[in-house]
Amino acid sequence: MPDLLAARSQMAMSLGFHIIFAMVGIAMPVLMVVAERRWQRTGDRIYLDLAHRWAKGTAILFAVGAVSGTVLSFELGLLWPTFMEHAGPVIGMPFSLEGFAFFTEAVFLGVYLYGWDRISRRAHLAAGWAVAVSGMLSGVFVVIASAWMNAPTGIRWVDGRAADIDPIAAMLNPAALPQVLHMTLAAYASTGLVVAGIHAWPLLRHPRNAFHRRALSVALLIGAPAALLQPLSGDLSAKFVAHWQPVKLAAMEGHFKTERGAPLRIGGWPDETAGETRYAIEIPYALSVLAFADPRAEVKGLEAFPREHWPPVAIVHVAFQVMVGLGSYLALVGAAALWLMWRRHDLSRHRWLLRALVLAAPMGFICTEAGWTVTEVGRQPWIIHGLMRTADAVTPMPGLVVPFLVFTALYCALGVAVAWLLYQQVLRSPQAAEEDPA
Amino acid sequence: MTGIGPAELVAGIALVALTAYVLLGGADFGGGVWDLLASGPRKREQRALIAEAIGPIWEANHVWLILVIVVLFTCFPVAFARLTIGLHIPLSLMLIGIVLRGSAFTFRSHYGHGGEHGDSSMSAHWGRIFAIASVGTPVTLGLCVSALAAGTLGPPGRAGFHASYVAPWLTPFGVGVGLLTLALFAFLAAVYLTVEAREPALREDFRRRALGAAAAVFVAAFGTLGLALLGAPLMGRGLTGAPWAPALHLATGAAAVAAIWALWSRRFRLARLAAAAQVSLILWGWALAQYPYLIPPDLAIRAAAAPRITLVLSLWVLGLGALVLFPSLIYLFRVFKPR
Repeated sequence: MPDLLAARSQMAMSLGFHIIFAMVGIAMPVLMVVAERRWQRTGDRIYLDLAHRWAKGTAILFAVGAVSGTVLSFELGLLWPTFMEHAGPVIGMPFSLEGFAFFTEAVFLGVYLYGWDRISRRAHLAAGWAVAVSGMLSGVFVVIASAWMNAPTGIRWVDGRAADIDPIAAMLNPAALPQVLHMTLAAYASTGLVVAGIHAWPLLRHPRNAFHRRALSVALLIGAPAALLQPLSGDLSAKFVAHWQPVKLAAMEGHFKTERGAPLRIGGWPDETAGETRYAIEIPYALSVLAFADPRAEVKGLEAFPREHWPPVAIVHVAFQVMVGLGSYLALVGAAALWLMWRRHDLSRHRWLLRALVLAAPMGFICTEAGWTVTEVGRQPWIIHGLMRTADAVTPMPGLVVPFLVFTALYCALGVAVAWLLYQQVLRSPQAAEEDPA
Repeated sequence: MTGIGPAELVAGIALVALTAYVLLGGADFGGGVWDLLASGPRKREQRALIAEAIGPIWEANHVWLILVIVVLFTCFPVAFARLTIGLHIPLSLMLIGIVLRGSAFTFRSHYGHGGEHGDSSMSAHWGRIFAIASVGTPVTLGLCVSALAAGTLGPPGRAGFHASYVAPWLTPFGVGVGLLTLALFAFLAAVYLTVEAREPALREDFRRRALGAAAAVFVAAFGTLGLALLGAPLMGRGLTGAPWAPALHLATGAAAVAAIWALWSRRFRLARLAAAAQVSLILWGWALAQYPYLIPPDLAIRAAAAPRITLVLSLWVLGLGALVLFPSLIYLFRVFKPR
């Protein structure tokens, strides 16, 4: 395995692993806190039990997220020292801010998890909110840094070196807002819906189980609105890409020829050598409308760019289709659930909705992985869009396949362990009181 | 090279953060060491006390390391790049240790102890991984520090895998620093645990362990100094020849003697203070010995520093961040460490 490929694989694997735990770390505290708040308001002990159990799961996932995040902060240098040498002073700011947000998160998670009997109820709930807010901010700051790689503002590139750097302008890069919105919503949608799916499963057999009914309602309260809003933020992201990274848009859409009134391609397989995307369903004018809000707008095709600036087209296109397809399903399920909740229906009587939620459970995470594939693979061959090539940023250390395999094995083992622990936790659900039919 | 500018200021803050990591995060690793070495009639109680002491705070303590790394790559990017290239292997090993320690500890604390769903064999299995990783990680941290101290991380571009990626840190001096780090972390943990133990017998267990660790620190420190004079002349000269050296050694020695005396006479809180002072002084001795170099022999703090605007903004962020951080940390420790 060539060193560059090994380094990219290790980075992709580490990010792909960490992102799951990071998302859960952002959204799970909100679920926990909502459950605890309901217990404090209603005195219903089942909500307290729920908060306890969710807190346990969060503790495990947060710890794995924290240590895998540490690995990433080192890997920035272990794998891409040349990138960090030039980019560090420009995008270090959001990482420093993230450091403090993460500090706050870790402090108050400790208070929350171990402080049930040590502090007042009010202080305990406040600690939970502190975890939720600082967790969200951690994610925001890291995504800002990542967005800068797509839209490197606040830097001038002179003779292969950074000059006139402006860290504030770098933080305010045009990719920051769309990426931050899209990722933050993804965290709430994916986590909310995976929890909803996990609790919908036992409800199929025991529709009156009070524990799972309450869990489902809290999880949907967070997950469903986020899933419904996600297509809007996705549109914002797509418009950013159309303007700033037209070659990435062309790859996402499998769009080879520059044309006015470009069609939107659904599915299909892009053939780089033939320069066309086969077997796709084409919706006339739709791409021009979505990208530039004008059916006659010209959309640049891949052919408008030098071949060496193309990202791997098939990977980017397929990942994009997966994200949009599954994301649309999640938005629909979220909309249906919200409608029924609005009309005060008993969700557990709608078996089709429970089934749809069980099916949706893993989809948020798959969407997120696919979305990051679009963002990161779609940026290739650049590590800093238009300024530095990934190949020029990699460490001179040889034999990178070894750390790649070692960390892959480590994370596989860790993933299995976490899945097993959580499975046991969920499987042995409480035989909570059956509720009387409302 | 004269005067204190923003670069020196940021480097000073990084040293303070590193000190906090060693005093707090280091002690958490030390706790793992005593988990591995738990013995005698109160083996279970020893382990339970360690878990109780580490549980609520280890994640916050761990963030000090992340802060050091972020400051390093933001404000001293050239140094960060050189460190991560030359120390790729020991840093990767350290990361594996960090991952295993943190995850195994959490898995054990939330599903262990034979509780509701506790599976005691699984719990023991995670505990073993936690303890072994707690021993290995400090050694790899020490190996990394030794390469800095010895000045073996020259500019990249030398020939050969061994010369570039192994020789800088795999030295007798490096092993000495690794063992010294381990001994220091274990020492800190044992001293802290004497304060946190509520039962007299358990307190005595950790008092004996603290005294043993103090002896190990003594041996490792002098052994490492000897190895420095032989194999790391830069550090050796700095530690023995500099004008401030006698005063520093005197202060470190005084703190060490005070810690041992306080342990001996069962003044445990005083022992905690003296032990923390002793370890901090050892760390600062290293930093002073290589000042003004960030990576001896050639990369000075100022030469490695990022542009001024980054340094100034970082100082602002660190200052504002401290306003949030310190009240939060004080609250955390007041809730869980009332003594």
